[in-house]
Amino acid sequence: MNRRSKKFKWQRKHLLGLRDLSAEEITYILDTAKGFEQVSKRSVKKAPPLRGKVVCNLFFEDSTRTRNSFALAASRLSADIIEFTKKSSSVSKGETLLDTAKNLEAMGIDIVVIRHSAGGAPKFLSRSINACVVNAGDGFCEHPTQGLLDIYTIRKIKGTLEGLKIAIVGDIAHSRVARSNIWAMSKLGAEVILVGPPTLMPAQVSRLPVSVSYTLDEVIEKVDVINMLRIQFERLGGNPFPSVREYSHYFGLTVERMKRAKPDILVMHPGPINRGLEIESEVADGPNSVILEQVTNGLAVRMAVLFLVNQAAAQWK
Amino acid sequence: MNSELLIKNGRVIDPANGVDKKCDVLIVDGNIAEVAEEIQNSKFKIQNCKTVIDAAGKLVVPGLIDIHVHFREPGDEEEETIASGSAAAVAGGFTSVVCMPNTNPPIENETDVEYIHRKGRQARKTHVYTMGAITKKREGVELAEMGLMAEAGAVGFTDDGNGVQDPAVMLRALKYATMFDVVIAQHCQDNGFAGDGVMNAGFHSTILGLPGIDALAEEAMLWRDIQLVKKTNIRYHAQHISTAGSVELIRAAKKNSLPITCEVTPHHLLLTEQRCAEYDTNYKVNPPLRTERDIEALKEAIAEGLVGALATDHAPHLQSEKELEFLAAPFGIASLECALGLYVKALLEPGVLDWPGLIRLMTEKPANIIGVDKGTLGKGKQADVTIIDPDAEYEIDVNKFRSKSRNCPYHGWTVKGKVEKTIVGGEIRFEA
Repeated sequence: MNRRSKKFKWQRKHLLGLRDLSAEEITYILDTAKGFEQVSKRSVKKAPPLRGKVVCNLFFEDSTRTRNSFALAASRLSADIIEFTKKSSSVSKGETLLDTAKNLEAMGIDIVVIRHSAGGAPKFLSRSINACVVNAGDGFCEHPTQGLLDIYTIRKIKGTLEGLKIAIVGDIAHSRVARSNIWAMSKLGAEVILVGPPTLMPAQVSRLPVSVSYTLDEVIEKVDVINMLRIQFERLGGNPFPSVREYSHYFGLTVERMKRAKPDILVMHPGPINRGLEIESEVADGPNSVILEQVTNGLAVRMAVLFLVNQAAAQWK
Repeated sequence: MNSELLIKNGRVIDPANGVDKKCDVLIVDGNIAEVAEEIQNSKFKIQNCKTVIDAAGKLVVPGLIDIHVHFREPGDEEEETIASGSAAAVAGGFTSVVCMPNTNPPIENETDVEYIHRKGRQARKTHVYTMGAITKKREGVELAEMGLMAEAGAVGFTDDGNGVQDPAVMLRALKYATMFDVVIAQHCQDNGFAGDGVMNAGFHSTILGLPGIDALAEEAMLWRDIQLVKKTNIRYHAQHISTAGSVELIRAAKKNSLPITCEVTPHHLLLTEQRCAEYDTNYKVNPPLRTERDIEALKEAIAEGLVGALATDHAPHLQSEKELEFLAAPFGIASLECALGLYVKALLEPGVLDWPGLIRLMTEKPANIIGVDKGTLGKGKQADVTIIDPDAEYEIDVNKFRSKSRNCPYHGWTVKGKVEKTIVGGEIRFEA
């Protein structure tokens, strides 16, 4: 099955985060995704590797693109899909997460794709059930498939991440996307610069493999990639910046700022976009933007992840 | 004479009386009759003595005292009851415990205090004391009936689980309490800083994506309270301090001769924030596990004599409550039954304390904090005695706990220092 690399064998039946992965493992997923990208270009957009398997989308938080992307990825791999959405994140009331998962498992699911507001929920689940667990975003811990698709997109255009300067701008403290990006990009040799107000930097940020700047105007000139994070109003505690207007003034990606960027800078955003807030529409829709390509690539990456964890689970049996 | 009990040949450590030597302890009618070498049978007609315990090679110490436990009654009897907690206490060598008032409903009037005492007496294991709430419903707004609770036997006041947030309310509580000879204890946590945190704020909370509780949350309130104590000069006790900054504050307060004491838990001496890495909720506790640097500072504080008591903050929870996401699970570690071994590991083995020093922080000193006539083997005192095998090693097994709960991260640890017998009021209430 492993066409690309004879020596490397994927071993993980869960994808919980990118922090624990080696550069080799990350590259292996990306290479696998490249193969699956072709499936979506065929007239019959389907491949058989997950035929007879059941994938459960277990989403405790709102999501449109990630949930649908996983659903589509699973169906392109010929799996059956169960959609389970529960808005309430307060699972301490009513049925516990563990009971929910065990009940679903009793129906014979093979892969659980989980999104949850609590950091560590996927890891907790992976310890307690037999199915494969794929993290689709947990609290502000990790969002590994987003990190992978970001890197996939960069690699596809720039060839490599080695030596690239990448800025991640915005609410780093509450961003799982930032964390997955930081771990994976630094492992692949990129230089990551976090940009945002100090009130939105996580505790002891200096111990992460990054540099930190509070001045987007300085950073914009030297980076090859800029990843604009969404201001997540639902996660912001208190009042970390005085107003949206002042935030945009310092950290918004405006047409004006883009004039000082490298001409081939890649503009990324995990979506959904707050137009005119962290990014101006003209930039989001402009020639440097790869925001929609990210979404397209997400599908191939998620197919690769589902394929690989399923394969690893088969090995364990 | 109705009952006599003679403990022979043990190493008797009674720090309150400066005793540390091999001798015998005679208990008559529930009280300490004599502590002396080779107690002669004839003097007390010990031919009638029903019970003689040979304690050769063992430590014979005043019954251990834990001034910070949660027995969950009334309200959460599925987690612990005063009966099950009391059984755990004597198995851990504790002859006196102080229940915290954050029950449901909280302990906030004399009837509540009497209820705890009655349940404690009925359990017939350990002496059960209680603190009362500082404010009604522990809401930090209106003062609870501290005077009447003190008359009913409450040994102090705290809103434990919450810190009293409003500085004016806290000042009022301290002022009001000067009428009575009581200690005001505080769970130092400024909620503004703590927010919805679930672990120490730092590198590990950052990589785990969990909201953190900054050390400042504890230190800010402790600093504030020290200013209030300067104004009122009432006895104040900082519960379960966990940070190097808190140690600094206590050190300065002691230098200024303020009537301030503090306690330290086993988990803040043995475990760091790093333990949360696998989202194991048995490590979710409040105040949260901190860093190596904080542990070192706490040990220095103990070595310097800044710490008035070792206290477990025994906080039982059901497995089903702990089998949740780290964010959703309740705070707390149950450690009453293995506490002695944990202190030995944390403090004796690295040479922070010797046996007399350790026993002092588990007997005489905590008794002084809550103002009870306990913690010594003085002649005529009620005979609360713990016999310890200092060399016996054992593996902590939560499945053998008398406590109803199993939320103990030390399961499988090997520790030294085993409780052999626990004697309360002259009666053997626990035998290993």
